[in-house]
Amino acid sequence: MAINFNAALGVHEQALLVRERRAGVLAANLANADTPHFQARDLDFQALIRQAAGEQDGSRLRATQALHIGAGAPAIAGDLLYRTPMQPTLDGNTVDADIEMAQFARNSLDFQASLTFLQGKFRGLRSALKGE
Amino acid sequence: MSINAIFDVAGSAMSAQSIRLNTVASNLANAQTASSSIGQTFRARHPVFAPLYQDQLGAGGTAQGDAQAGVQVLGIVESDAPLQPRYEPHHPLADEQGYVYYPNVNVVEEMADMISASRSFQINVQVVEAAKTLAQRVLALGQ
Repeated sequence: MAINFNAALGVHEQALLVRERRAGVLAANLANADTPHFQARDLDFQALIRQAAGEQDGSRLRATQALHIGAGAPAIAGDLLYRTPMQPTLDGNTVDADIEMAQFARNSLDFQASLTFLQGKFRGLRSALKGE
Repeated sequence: MSINAIFDVAGSAMSAQSIRLNTVASNLANAQTASSSIGQTFRARHPVFAPLYQDQLGAGGTAQGDAQAGVQVLGIVESDAPLQPRYEPHHPLADEQGYVYYPNVNVVEEMADMISASRSFQINVQVVEAAKTLAQRVLALGQ
């Protein structure tokens, strides 16, 4: 059986990319905490990951012939959503720095968790290659 | 790689907040600068922030990039609040009626603005530190 990197790394590769992107979006929210009319954005991580995983297990439309029209966007191009403000400010800014900071910290931890999983996968591959 | 973009975004925010701190400092420094006419009197100055999208930064307007907005300072506006004329006939700058004009700097507002700016600056420093940790972890992947 050939070693297939896509199969070996599982969903963690996609998760890492989504979390990296989410870190950027949350950092932009925090950067614009004082910008008038700025609206906080966020990604729906679960939906994006379900989309990525769905493509892998074949529950989405699959092109089996060259003439088939490809369905759906690539796994990473999820839509950015707007955060529902709990307490919008007078200048129309919907960034709540505390919420964003908490989400950013949590996303950083999740990112490091994904990295740790990937590292474990690589370690497994390496020990399989060495055969020790 | 969007972790590198975080540095740009947080850096633009820190730069904008430091401009805000600078205007607060000059407003507070000149809060008691009197003058003899309305036209010459110092007026409180405030920066105007606006989002700066990544494609404007020149990092390529990709679908991922357009989400990440830094901060730019569109300009500095002077406050329209009325000046404070005070009757001080012995002041060397007093006009014929004995009035001198003091700036329209609201010291309480400026102090609150200063605290808000420094807190926002700190938040962005934390973001940069977190992004640095993440980037180092990515670099160490596979070792």
